[in-house]
Amino acid sequence: MTKEIIKIEDLKREFTMGTEVVHALKGVSFSIKEGEFVTIMGSSGSGKSTMLNILGCLDQPTSGIYEIDGVKVKDLTKNELATIRNEKIGFIFQSYNLLARTSAIENVELPLLYNSKVSTEERRARALKALEMVGLGERLHHTPSQLSGGQQQRVAIARALVNNPVMILADEATGNLDTRTSYEIMTLFQELNRQGITITFVTHEPDIAMFSSRTVVLKDGAVIKDAKNNNIQSAAAELAKLPKENH
Amino acid sequence: MRILNLLKIAFKAIVLNKVRTLLTMLGIIIGVASVIAMLAIGEGSKESIRTTISAMGSNMITIQPGADTRGPARGSGGDVQTLTLKDYEAIKEQSNLLSYITPVVNGGGQVINGANNWPSTIYGVNPEYLSIKVVGLQSGSMFTDIDVQKASKVVLIGQTVVDNVFPDGEEPVGKMIRFDNIPFKVIGVLEEKGENTFGQDQDDVVIAPFTTVQKRILAIDYLNQVMASAISEEDAPEAVTQVTEILRTQHKLMDHEDDDFSVRSMEELISTFSSTSEMLTVLLVAVASISLLIGGIGIMNIMYVSVKERTKEIGLRMAVGGKGSDILMQFLIEAILISITGGVLGVLLGLSATFLIEQFLHWPTSVAMYSIVISFAVCAVTGIFFGWYPARKAAALDPITALRYE
Ligand SMILES: Nc1ncnc2c1ncn2[C@@H]1O[C@H](COP(=O)(O)OP(=O)(O)O)[C@@H](O)[C@H]1O
Ligand SMILES: [Mg+2]
Repeated sequence: MTKEIIKIEDLKREFTMGTEVVHALKGVSFSIKEGEFVTIMGSSGSGKSTMLNILGCLDQPTSGIYEIDGVKVKDLTKNELATIRNEKIGFIFQSYNLLARTSAIENVELPLLYNSKVSTEERRARALKALEMVGLGERLHHTPSQLSGGQQQRVAIARALVNNPVMILADEATGNLDTRTSYEIMTLFQELNRQGITITFVTHEPDIAMFSSRTVVLKDGAVIKDAKNNNIQSAAAELAKLPKENH
Repeated sequence: MRILNLLKIAFKAIVLNKVRTLLTMLGIIIGVASVIAMLAIGEGSKESIRTTISAMGSNMITIQPGADTRGPARGSGGDVQTLTLKDYEAIKEQSNLLSYITPVVNGGGQVINGANNWPSTIYGVNPEYLSIKVVGLQSGSMFTDIDVQKASKVVLIGQTVVDNVFPDGEEPVGKMIRFDNIPFKVIGVLEEKGENTFGQDQDDVVIAPFTTVQKRILAIDYLNQVMASAISEEDAPEAVTQVTEILRTQHKLMDHEDDDFSVRSMEELISTFSSTSEMLTVLLVAVASISLLIGGIGIMNIMYVSVKERTKEIGLRMAVGGKGSDILMQFLIEAILISITGGVLGVLLGLSATFLIEQFLHWPTSVAMYSIVISFAVCAVTGIFFGWYPARKAAALDPITALRYE
């Protein structure tokens, strides 16, 4: 039996806005096994980001159980949560969130700066390897403003990979990109997944979901569908089918 | 390892905001530079007062008529006539702690040599004067006790007087000059001493037997001053007490009456002047400290702006594993780096300013090592103190709130 990377049970998250209480998550349960590529779908405001932030230990649930890699997150202190984020999770944002005026390689090195077990040489070497994995081995010293949106997201992916996390969490990682670039990024995710990396991917675009192995659909803070995808498309193949770009 | 990374992060942030950082530093730079320069001026004047006074003879004791009013602005006794030759003789006879003693009478007048004339001051003294003032002769010789007895019309003159009444470079010794129309024979030229701290030209003097000056020029029967030398510097305070006792007896003063004269050693004079310049130093440093404080507030302000501006960055750093303490340290180190760098630049600027003041204004300066050390310490403390609160605020941010911040 494969290891469960994530296990959530009856997860609830409420936001209090003055006197009003928003129930963003109303008791969500599921688990994600090692090596899975899960897409979380749902319309805007259905609670996708709220859930992903909890999975990424950026936010805490109001109630319910959350275990990551066998560790109960509820009992952890702020510092322990930071360590989990640092060592077990690679988070990718819709808006890339790269440090401005900072080179690609330095952006990728960032998580390792907060890991005292990694030496300067190892840090550089790992950042280099991660950038090569996302196909940016030639763009080490470019700053975000010198890179296209797709390239910036690749840098962000390299940053998520550099700590060898047990899981990558991506929140609308292709939301700001055109179709071609989105498919390129999905090709990269599929490639990473083939190498054994567990990926949880939030999107509201159905065509993106067909590249993953499983789809969880949220509606109004509850799971309405959780199904295996028996017909996984190859992002590389879809990319080839797109009309050629005019240069 | 960890701290090195944080240093790197903080350094990077500073480099990315060069102009702003420099502007922030300006307050610190000016503060430190003024502390250094002000202290250098204060220390310099103190030191120069000390050397001048020591050069005047550190075991010198001066006795002046009139009650002691203390303070450097005081004249040489003025018209108070309570000090007489009898007092001088009593002191000379009774005190065993003095090696030299001379009466002093002085007055201003014109020194004339043919067509050249020059206003100067004549001091009537006895031959021991040279030993008390620790001054030698360039040429000629000092007058003798016989000259004093006979009230001879002989003088010794300082270099300034020589320059002004013998402008052609003639040898003055042996020549006749006039002082207030009385002819004198020049028998010697005093060693050059230059200006003292108070800007007085010590070479603008004429020296003659006190009997001559008293009777022939001033026509008075009292003394303006008595000068003496204690056997050693250590004996000076006791000599002051002894002379005071002798004079009180001499003047028949009752216990409840105040002295109608003042006796002072150089040591006292030094501390009088030192305390004045010390007060000045304290004042200068107070002004400088205020600018340092303002510099510190500048740092706090910019750190606040920095934390606000970089809220999203803070959120990201937390999202990739930065702990609250890491964020705190990052901003704290940044504040300290700014203040310390400002400190270094301030020290350099202060030293340059001091150098320029010395070069162009000819004020005596002396850079005290402690002022540099203190400035650095103050800078570091300023950085920590004013950087702490904004850094604390950054560290307390919630990762998701910070990430969402626009
Ligand atoms: N910090 C917050 N404070 C208040 N309400 C929130 C907050 N975050 C999310 N919500 C609410 O929770 C619900 C789910 O939001 P979200 O998870 O961002 O949706 P999605 O990512 O699926 O579009 C929305 O109704 C949203 O308004
Ligand atoms: Mg969302």
